[in-house]
Amino acid sequence: MRLAIVFLIGVIFGTGITVSGMANPAKVLNFFDVAGGWDPSLIFVMGGALVTTFLGYKLVSTRDKPLLETGFRLPNMRNIDLKLVGGSALFGIGWGLAGFCPGGALPALGTGRWEVFAFTGALVTGIILAKALQSAAAKRMRAAT
Amino acid sequence: MIETAFTPWASLLGGVLIGLAATLLMLVFGRVMGATGVLAGMLWPSSGQDFAWRAALLSGMVTGPFVVFALTGKMPTVEVPVSPLLLVIGGLIVGMGVTFGSGCTSGHGVCGMARLSSRSIVATLTFMSTTFATVYLVRHVVGG
Repeated sequence: MRLAIVFLIGVIFGTGITVSGMANPAKVLNFFDVAGGWDPSLIFVMGGALVTTFLGYKLVSTRDKPLLETGFRLPNMRNIDLKLVGGSALFGIGWGLAGFCPGGALPALGTGRWEVFAFTGALVTGIILAKALQSAAAKRMRAAT
Repeated sequence: MIETAFTPWASLLGGVLIGLAATLLMLVFGRVMGATGVLAGMLWPSSGQDFAWRAALLSGMVTGPFVVFALTGKMPTVEVPVSPLLLVIGGLIVGMGVTFGSGCTSGHGVCGMARLSSRSIVATLTFMSTTFATVYLVRHVVGG
């Protein structure tokens, strides 16, 4: 039952991504190409998603717990540091090179196109590499103190 | 470069559906809808149950193109205007960036911004800027 609901939420997300054009790198890159054949469609994706989520979260926040869990699990980090800014800057560079972001690529896997699998394989490799670097740095920090 | 048509209504509808999915995940399970978090959590799941809900969410996402096919009668267009090499290099950089930056377009750009998180606002402004800059450099300076 729980898994069926999660699956349906995934279907709504995947359908939204597909309909919006976020799963199509040509469209995404044209949005960022203001100096070329600019396609402003992505403003409508971001606008629609943000307003809906903002209002939706407002409604949900009146509840003291979610329907099927004992509490909300919200990200609780507050600090704006080099890791956040540098990581985000890197993400933008990769997005501008490939045209896929993670949320755009995952639903696009359903099209069976090899390009999406190539990107997603590299994406997962990048995540594993970054986690390995992070744990190596954490070990050095512990050894130094 | 491949020309793409301006699709305000389809994009708005898609955006609203993304927001609806994010709202439902928060309402039912109390979690933010971040593609990076869902994927990274599958690599290092905290339990079998944790893996199962992430896998269910991902399986749902992958059916998106089929829902569009069922409704419109044609498979959605995926046009990749970059070389396989750039696609893989880009993927590696995205994977590292979203891990260090703790999120991507869905996690920071939609869910975090909707919660008015200052971290997410900074992250979103940062990655949008570097994406604009990268596309400009690739298309008009290097590729000029």
